[in-house]
Amino acid sequence: MRHIISILLENEAGALSRVSGLFSARGYNIESLTVAPTEDPTLSRMTLVTRGDENIIEQIKKQLNKLIDVVKLVDLSEGPHIERELMMIKVRAEGAMREEIKRLSDIFRGSIIDVTANSFTIEMTGDGNKLDAFIAALEGDTIIETVRSGPLGIARGGRRLTLTT
Amino acid sequence: MELTGAEIVVQALKDEGVEYVWGYPGGAVLHIYDAIFKQNDVRHILVRHEQAAAHAADGYARATGKPGVVLVTSGPGATNAVTGIATAFMDSIPMVVLTGQVPTPVIGSDAFQEVDTVGITRPCVKHNFLVKRVEDIAETIKKAFYIATTGRPGPVVVDIPKDVTDPNVRIPYEYPQKIEMRSYNPVERGHLGQIRKAVDLMMAAERPVVYTGGGVVLGDGSAELTELVRRLNFPITQTLMGLGAYPATDRQFLGMLGMHGTYEANMAMHEADVLIAIGARFDDRVTGKIASFCPNARIIHIDVDPASISKTVRVDVPIVGQVKSVLADMLRLIDELSCEPNAEALARWWARIGAWRDVECLAYDHSDEVIKPQFAIETLYKVTRDRDFYLTSDVGQHQMFAAQFYPFDKPRRWINSGGLGTMGFGVPSAMGVKQAFPEADVGVVTGEASVQMCIQELATCSQYNLPLKIFLLNNGYMGMVRQWQEFFYDGRYSHSYVDALPDFCKLAESYGHVGMRIEKPADLEDAYREAFGMKDRLVFLDVVIDPEENVYPMIEAGKGHHEMHMSPHLSSERELA
Ligand SMILES: Cc1cc2nc3c(=O)[nH]c(=O)nc-3n(C[C@H](O)[C@H](O)[C@H](O)COP(=O)(O)OP(=O)(O)OC[C@H]3O[C@@H](n4cnc5c(N)ncnc54)[C@H](O)[C@@H]3O)c2cc1C
Ligand SMILES: Cc1ncc(C[n+]2csc(CCOP(=O)(O)OP(=O)(O)O)c2C)c(N)n1
Ligand SMILES: [Mg+2]
Repeated sequence: MRHIISILLENEAGALSRVSGLFSARGYNIESLTVAPTEDPTLSRMTLVTRGDENIIEQIKKQLNKLIDVVKLVDLSEGPHIERELMMIKVRAEGAMREEIKRLSDIFRGSIIDVTANSFTIEMTGDGNKLDAFIAALEGDTIIETVRSGPLGIARGGRRLTLTT
Repeated sequence: MELTGAEIVVQALKDEGVEYVWGYPGGAVLHIYDAIFKQNDVRHILVRHEQAAAHAADGYARATGKPGVVLVTSGPGATNAVTGIATAFMDSIPMVVLTGQVPTPVIGSDAFQEVDTVGITRPCVKHNFLVKRVEDIAETIKKAFYIATTGRPGPVVVDIPKDVTDPNVRIPYEYPQKIEMRSYNPVERGHLGQIRKAVDLMMAAERPVVYTGGGVVLGDGSAELTELVRRLNFPITQTLMGLGAYPATDRQFLGMLGMHGTYEANMAMHEADVLIAIGARFDDRVTGKIASFCPNARIIHIDVDPASISKTVRVDVPIVGQVKSVLADMLRLIDELSCEPNAEALARWWARIGAWRDVECLAYDHSDEVIKPQFAIETLYKVTRDRDFYLTSDVGQHQMFAAQFYPFDKPRRWINSGGLGTMGFGVPSAMGVKQAFPEADVGVVTGEASVQMCIQELATCSQYNLPLKIFLLNNGYMGMVRQWQEFFYDGRYSHSYVDALPDFCKLAESYGHVGMRIEKPADLEDAYREAFGMKDRLVFLDVVIDPEENVYPMIEAGKGHHEMHMSPHLSSERELA
């Protein structure tokens, strides 16, 4: 099962390597991991996507909680939540293709953020499936380069991951 | 009070109540060594290898319950200490390790004697810190002690760059009285509802077994455990790390369980209907094959670390909390509910256990010619049972024989490396124990291979007058390795023969100690008594034992509790019982 886990972490040197070290030392897999400071500069928020059976996921959460730098953690997959990922994709865009790609990008609500005589760079957000679908919709040799952020997640409704709750 | 960083380090240790620091100097910690030189409250013990500093501090911690403290230099000082840190980590021993580091401006430049100590030790510490400013030293040391000693204990490394202890920079010093960390809140009390569930299960049990481990020793839960087990008349077995928490000479004690546990303990586990696990972590040396572990039991597990619960074996009633408080709550609840265990079923259960006991799985062939290792330990017990005695161990067959044949009646008396199984642990850990309890007798049981891994510490013992009694069970083999090669590699003894042994008596004498070589069973007891008679001398007893004795019973890795190899001394019929 795929799980998306959000972590509030002390914003300290080494905190990130404690998390990644835990995963490699115990043989857990990480599909993606993103981290950045929050509105409170002493805290970072990490979103981590992993896979494993129920027992492994339970151990992952317990082991993460055990890290001294981890302040709080929530498994977003346990409830309704929203996931978004950012992608920037550079594609070949020449001649008639330019209109075609622009239209396709519009359908996926992408925006073109850089243009040259023969290429576009498109910015797109969405859940992972949508980004995958966009890539699939482009013809094979169109893509020059892609970069994706990995998913960010947040719970729906009133649930929140903050120091006070 | 204005102090330099180095003075703050030493003052903080004083304020923490630290009596001893085990260490070894070097460039990056010279300012700290200078501050140590100028005071007399914190005593520094100079070891001969940093690994031994960590083991000595570890032995001190295991015997006293107080954190052990280590001070080593950067680079090789820190890497030499890593084995000792990992040893403490695996057995959850509270320890604070101060390591020197190159000055902050050159960190990351491959400076002289630079290693990434925080990176290297990260997987084998409870936590670690790099102190970047002199202002942070006091608070960081406070945090280090707090983290090391609370919750599930463990070693904490504090890496201190040389410029942070600069003798020319003074700042006001104040040691924090209390520390709070939003990201670290260890649990104290167990959940009462869960404890209630556990009590209900225990009262209904027909074939209960109490299985306890190092957590009861670490959490000083011995008195509560003993009261509970006696009151319920339940059988109890302990892990290698738990020995002594319940008196081994008591009728209800089944002996150690696991790979080299007793027949009765392992069979009771296999047949149990309720298992009460207390401060034990279901290690693979204990469970054997998970699929056939306690196949019929509902499991209660008391542990302070939630991550220990359902890690390898799913449990039915988890209770997260300190053993001492959980067991006290449990006793109170049993009183309040005035509930009683099922006496009739227990009587039947004890009868079955009695039959397993009759197998006498630890019986061995006596000899008048050659000293059997079992006899060497039995004699040690005979000679020390009425003394104030601590026994540390190295790793191998001798360790298992000691665990099987020395009945420990009190906690913190049996000190050994279980989780990492570190050869070389025995002598230095005993130094730490002796330092803490100078009036007590401190023995080391060791092998000719293990003892050579920290043999240099005989010098430390002379310098600080630490009159240990070292019992070297000399079989001329890495016996534990040889045993596996005999069983699983058709007797191909690849590199398990310990050749070119020194004359241990002369070696001991060259360090200023007393050496004794004992070859005949009849001489053993007198020799031991003579050794203990020399109160102020370290005596190194080179006890020549049967070279090819094996440790029985034995469960092969990956087998179930009911699949024990029994001693060939026992009839094959019994083996199948
Ligand atoms: C050669 C060799 C052979 C061995 N053979 C055996 C064998 O036959 N049988 C055997 O048992 N072992 C054997 N061992 C040891 C084995 O490797 C493990 O070290 C040992 O079994 C672990 O013991 P434990 O479960 O008590 O855990 P420990 O490592 O002592 O862990 C303690 C547990 O208690 C918890 N805890 C700590 N403090 C508290 C507290 N205050 N309150 C509540 N919980 C707390 C911790 O979170 C942890 O889960 C052998 C080792 C060697 C080197
Ligand atoms: C540092 C280290 N290296 C290797 C091992 C593997 N090992 C476990 S027991 C053992 C042999 C110990 O021999 P000895 O000290 O003579 O004890 P004996 O088994 O003969 O009693 C070895 C090599 C270990 N536990 N620790
Ligand atoms: Mg040997």
